[in-house]
Amino acid sequence: MAEMTYRQALHDTLREELLRDENVFLLGEEIGTFEGSYKITAGLLHEFGPRRVVDTPICENGFVGMATGAAMLGLRPIVEIMTINFIILAMDQIVNHAAKIYYMFGGQCPVPMVIRTPGGGGQQLAATHSQNLEVWFAHVPGLKVVAPSTPADARGMLRTAVRDNNPVIFLENLALYNVKGDVPDGDYTISFGQAKVTKEGRDLTVISYSRMAAVALDVARRIEQENGLSIEVVDVRSLRPLDSETIVNSVKKTNRAIVFEEDWLSFGVGAEIVSRIQEGAFDYLDAPIKRVASVEVPLPYSKPLELAALTGAKQLVEAIQELAPRRRR
Amino acid sequence: MDITRKQQAAAQAPIPEGEDRETLLRYYHDMLLIRRFEEKAGEMYTRAKIGGYCHLNLGEEATIIGFCEGLEPDDYVYTNYREHGYAIGRGILPGAVMAELFGKETGASRGRGGSMHLFDINRHFMGGYAIVGGQVPLATGAAFALAYRDAHEIVACQMGEGTTNGGAFFESLNLAKIYHLPIVYFVVNNQYGMGLRVEQGSAVAEIYRKACAFDMESWRVDGTDVLAVRDIMRQAAKLARERHEPSLVEAVSFRFRGHSVVDPDRYRDQEQVKAGREAHDPITAFAARLQAASLVDEQGLQQIEQQVDSEVEQAVQFADQSPDPPLDTLFNYIYASAETESASTEGGE
Repeated sequence: MAEMTYRQALHDTLREELLRDENVFLLGEEIGTFEGSYKITAGLLHEFGPRRVVDTPICENGFVGMATGAAMLGLRPIVEIMTINFIILAMDQIVNHAAKIYYMFGGQCPVPMVIRTPGGGGQQLAATHSQNLEVWFAHVPGLKVVAPSTPADARGMLRTAVRDNNPVIFLENLALYNVKGDVPDGDYTISFGQAKVTKEGRDLTVISYSRMAAVALDVARRIEQENGLSIEVVDVRSLRPLDSETIVNSVKKTNRAIVFEEDWLSFGVGAEIVSRIQEGAFDYLDAPIKRVASVEVPLPYSKPLELAALTGAKQLVEAIQELAPRRRR
Repeated sequence: MDITRKQQAAAQAPIPEGEDRETLLRYYHDMLLIRRFEEKAGEMYTRAKIGGYCHLNLGEEATIIGFCEGLEPDDYVYTNYREHGYAIGRGILPGAVMAELFGKETGASRGRGGSMHLFDINRHFMGGYAIVGGQVPLATGAAFALAYRDAHEIVACQMGEGTTNGGAFFESLNLAKIYHLPIVYFVVNNQYGMGLRVEQGSAVAEIYRKACAFDMESWRVDGTDVLAVRDIMRQAAKLARERHEPSLVEAVSFRFRGHSVVDPDRYRDQEQVKAGREAHDPITAFAARLQAASLVDEQGLQQIEQQVDSEVEQAVQFADQSPDPPLDTLFNYIYASAETESASTEGGE
């Protein structure tokens, strides 16, 4: 067990996978000489050379398609998209091609590839650099979408992603890169489609993923200390496949649920999770399910406006106070 | 276009010295097979045996066989959605192609893809693609993988001239050049998008000239002359194989019918189309050249014709008698399992 940042966990995993399998290579904008916009790939060009760590020009559709084609011939590309906002330029290759090739050609050609990309706002980057678009990909059969919230999960799930035979969207978050956590030793992997109860509780369940799952855990611990509410936190970790069972079982126990997400409310990840809950635990609910999400505006630059648009701990605390059983208030 | 006069000249040129008779007759057979297959596909479409969209290769037979014959058997081929002929030319059985058009389990893509998505991993036929330009980055990536492994094979990526106005084309050619990838981009310029003339859609109507933006070699060739297309493809393939340099070939061809089976082709002058079919028919022109060189007589041509008719009939029978995919396989192939062999082991390095 060692303490490290989320960034370090990603970096070390990429390095180990490059060492483990000759078919693994990295590509993306500025990942080599510049060592990555967020320095996840620092030092890797120096260690592995330009054959394994490939700097690409600025052409997301071109190089994501190139990675997909390389995967069709059995390589295992790990693509870095600088931020999730730029992935929009590659939608054709991801949705029309990477997600379709195995099915549409009758199972003849798997596409083993990973697309890593950070989402998230809060850095005054304004509307085109602050989005959370993971639900677009979670909607598509043929893709897998994972969104770990801790360094330990990032490590285990990135290993799984690289070794998976399908296109995997691996969602990171700008505000998670410096978060520290304990990371187990050894070559462990974490299967997709397994949510994790990161804190047990009795009074209500908060369901979340990626950075908001980390915020939810902090909030739950604080509230428990401050006023004795017992809050369960479920980090779904994987959006497609989605582990309905763990979510439903938790809500059956606590009878109250909040979905906490950084993306926009309408048609967001929470809408799907709420639907799964009502399908699986309708009779167990003591109150309508709440969704805490970002306000539905293109994210503004101005700091006060940005703060007003983003969701976070404050909004979650308010929702918990509204939803908590009366006896505990 | 002034290629017209050149085309007529080439189509009438004598067969060059040193060509092998059996090989030439095979080219003729293969072109005729595509012609008859496509005519039959059109017929089957109107009889509702085939659904969806259906784009025929009629008039492009010399372009296709020239393309296929310029490559080695293990080379990788990516195409667009007008690809029945390419699939047949690369060795997929006509029955498996027709069965795919019929949506059958025995089809090249197990009935999941249809006319626009033919695939055969064993023949390195890496797919027909129906999003214009979609195959170009993919083919570039396949070439990247071959370069990564220092393999002997190359990639050939077919597309229509309309593709060369989109971003995927430009991004891919740039990537291929900076990484020195073993790939030939093969542009079939049949002079129309669907109904949009090449001059209306492309600032540079001579498509091969676009390659200069990437300091890439390129050629323009008469797509109705199977030998000319084959020879240019060999040259381009050699450049890719021996020097890892990408290049571009533009084959100018003539589309006999509308964009797809259901297109009545009203935007073209039908007198001109009719004249064009006669002037640019690559098959009758090649037959005339073979006869002029005394390589085949009328009876020999008839024998080939009969053989082809029988092959197409068998393909239709096979497709007709094949089963639909079972309903309980609807969810098969969405995700590859951990045990799925990828192309690296399956295809052999």
